[in-house]
Amino acid sequence: MGEVKKHETPLMDDLKSGPWPSFVDDIYNYAEKKKKQACFDIMGQMELSYKNRETHWKHGGIVGVFGYGGGVIGRYSDQQEMFPSIWAFHTVRVNQPAAKWYHSSALRKLCDMWDHRGSGIVNFHGSTGDIILLGTVTEQLEYIFYDLGHQLKMDLGGSGSNLRTPECCMGMSRCEWSCIDTQDIIYELTMAFQDELHRPAFPYKFKIKVSGCPNDCVAAIARSDFSVIGTWRDKIKIDQDAVRAYVGGELKPNAGAHSDRDWGPFDIKKEVIDLCPTKCMFWDEGQKKLYINDAECNRCMHCINVMPEALWPGDDRGAVILMGAKAPILDGAQLSTVIIPFMKLEPPYDNLKNLLYKVWDYWMEHGKNRERLGETIQRIGLNRFIVDVLGLKPLPQHVKEPRSNPYIFWKEEEVEGGWTRDVAEFRKRHPA
Amino acid sequence: MSERPERPDPIYSQPYDPTLAEKLYNPQKPMENRVTDIGPPHYWQFLPPVIQRNYGKWKSHEILQPGVIKYKSQTGEVVYAVRCGTPRLESTDYVREICEIADKYCDGYVRWTTRNNVEFHVTDEEKLRALLEDLKGRKMPGGSYKYPVGGTGASVTNIVHTQGWIHCHTPATDASGVVKAIMDELFEYFQSHKLPAQVRLALACCLNMCGAVHCSDIAVVGIHRKPPLVEDERLEKVCEIPLVIASCPLGAIKPATVEVGGEKRKSVRVNVDRCMFCGNCYTMCPAMPISDGEGDGLALVVGGKVSNRITPPTFSKVVIPFIPNEPPRWPTTVKWIKKILEIYSQNARKYERVGDWIQRIGWERFFELTDIPFTWHLIDDYRLAYDTYRTSVHFKFTSHVETVTEFE
Repeated sequence: MGEVKKHETPLMDDLKSGPWPSFVDDIYNYAEKKKKQACFDIMGQMELSYKNRETHWKHGGIVGVFGYGGGVIGRYSDQQEMFPSIWAFHTVRVNQPAAKWYHSSALRKLCDMWDHRGSGIVNFHGSTGDIILLGTVTEQLEYIFYDLGHQLKMDLGGSGSNLRTPECCMGMSRCEWSCIDTQDIIYELTMAFQDELHRPAFPYKFKIKVSGCPNDCVAAIARSDFSVIGTWRDKIKIDQDAVRAYVGGELKPNAGAHSDRDWGPFDIKKEVIDLCPTKCMFWDEGQKKLYINDAECNRCMHCINVMPEALWPGDDRGAVILMGAKAPILDGAQLSTVIIPFMKLEPPYDNLKNLLYKVWDYWMEHGKNRERLGETIQRIGLNRFIVDVLGLKPLPQHVKEPRSNPYIFWKEEEVEGGWTRDVAEFRKRHPA
Repeated sequence: MSERPERPDPIYSQPYDPTLAEKLYNPQKPMENRVTDIGPPHYWQFLPPVIQRNYGKWKSHEILQPGVIKYKSQTGEVVYAVRCGTPRLESTDYVREICEIADKYCDGYVRWTTRNNVEFHVTDEEKLRALLEDLKGRKMPGGSYKYPVGGTGASVTNIVHTQGWIHCHTPATDASGVVKAIMDELFEYFQSHKLPAQVRLALACCLNMCGAVHCSDIAVVGIHRKPPLVEDERLEKVCEIPLVIASCPLGAIKPATVEVGGEKRKSVRVNVDRCMFCGNCYTMCPAMPISDGEGDGLALVVGGKVSNRITPPTFSKVVIPFIPNEPPRWPTTVKWIKKILEIYSQNARKYERVGDWIQRIGWERFFELTDIPFTWHLIDDYRLAYDTYRTSVHFKFTSHVETVTEFE
């Protein structure tokens, strides 16, 4: 390691103060300790961006490892003379273990590799879920890939027009509400779809996210083309003694989530019964008993969230499958929409895999370049997608409300006598 | 079910060999020793033994204090999870220190949340106290906490965010610096449970929105305000013109033949009156740069959420169309976020998310309470805009409404 060149970064240095962990302080610490020129240069380039309020990264740059079409994002500085050590500063996406549990032995080894082959700067984690290794040069990419495969038993994540790295909530590892084994599902799907993940063959990106319950902690409904959200279709389980303990003030509502403000004593009517969106609950003050009309419940999780010692999702568990979420580019943001209201999910999840293959087959053939699944569905119509593409029954659960216009694209076979008519016959009945 | 490896793979205990890859990879024979498509490590090996024993058997949980959650299993076992904020953008040394803490208190096991928090797990209260004490003392040289404990319950938890100026080629703002500035100011709300409900913040540095910014209680999104430049001399060499034209959602880009230095070149022209500054053309074509120090800045969107709790998942709505970039501390952005948060905190009912509160009081009241100016930019004129028009006489007479007596 030779002499390092440091840059004056008064604007970046301002972000060292304040209570929230400072990335500037952290990166400078590391840079000083390891004498990493790339870290000094990246802070220098950021300082320049802070001065003139524009990015200094060039547009794109296609780099990667042999046989893969994704997983590495090419990045080049537009200030190569000033910051030569970050002239190339590519990102490597590493597929995270499901629900982001780690052991220090694996993390340390990954850090050692990244000190050696990259900038030493990381994101734990990227928005899609990958471990992000931030900043290396093209010459290192194959070696990084070999280190990942041979020494870390890790693989690259997705980028470009392919399956993006699937992601899930913590599921059964720590949560009592998870109606499906989110981690196992994500692991199984990721392993089954390695080809789709590494070799772009789709019209655009495709994201899969799995949440264990309708609280949707991994935001599946907002940001994945294919959203799996755990749910149940039998009765909410009730421990009436525990309900009474909440009413009596022995247990803290919402697991103590409101502990730093005096909201007054817990009021089951005000805080649970009246807030129930379907008004399917009743608290019998005389009997001190909670009644739920489960057939009317829409499983919003509020009562369960408020009384976690007393209520749980039922035992007939599965998932709602929704599709089509995306961010605003281009036609505006979309949330996923219900496609299958209830699907049982047991290993090896062949039903789920088959559904995905069916969706991809259609989308790969009919989707336009850079058209997300949700946009394809909108273009052809949700009704056609459900009925003609997937072969499913149309259900009232698919819509918030039926259409208000009667402009229905009738199919010829639905209309008695078809569409072929004789105008001469018509004019016999109705002279012009 | 996939086979579950009980313990971390022994390969992780072997030291990293910095020379191995050079021995294995042969550029002349790229398939030699190539390991591909092995996928991520199996999650099970990284679960602490107490988690493995109680997987799928959890009974209930309780937040003992902000950032500390106690989980009880049907088996009678308990585990305490301690949640800490992280900057997300960090060095390997920061991760190594997490490993050191995990080794000291948690047999090496650790996990990250979807919102960039790190979580340590212990099984007895004595260790819990020691861990909390230890975390409190770990600070950066500049005085910031390395691992602040919080982010549970009715708090502001860590901000989901994107790359910004550290690594992205399309951003309209920075990410990590804005997040640092916001979280410094909202720190007390990260470490307490005094809000009416959880408040999810997010930041995206451009409209591509890598993250669920569009469904957050309060979110920042970077926007451009100047049409793209067109580099005639470069465009036909680096861009596919039909794809550039197709990339514009408003059909504002047309093909054009232009003269550059006496030579005819194929290029494009932008109808600037139709441009909505989305930047999609620049994504497709490097010869159409859109970033501009004066043009770029931030918009604030509020009232969205992801959870199905009580009300359905909802998009966030634009309430401030533009705030200039003000590095390094973005004071105007921070000021407005804090103001919205505190007005919400004072006015919302228990369990009411920001969007639920606004739905109850009405948007006109929201703008009145927060003193955010309501301007023409906030009335939608894109697709589905009609869905947002007021098609009833159900509104409140806030200070915005002037009685019209004469009209000429």
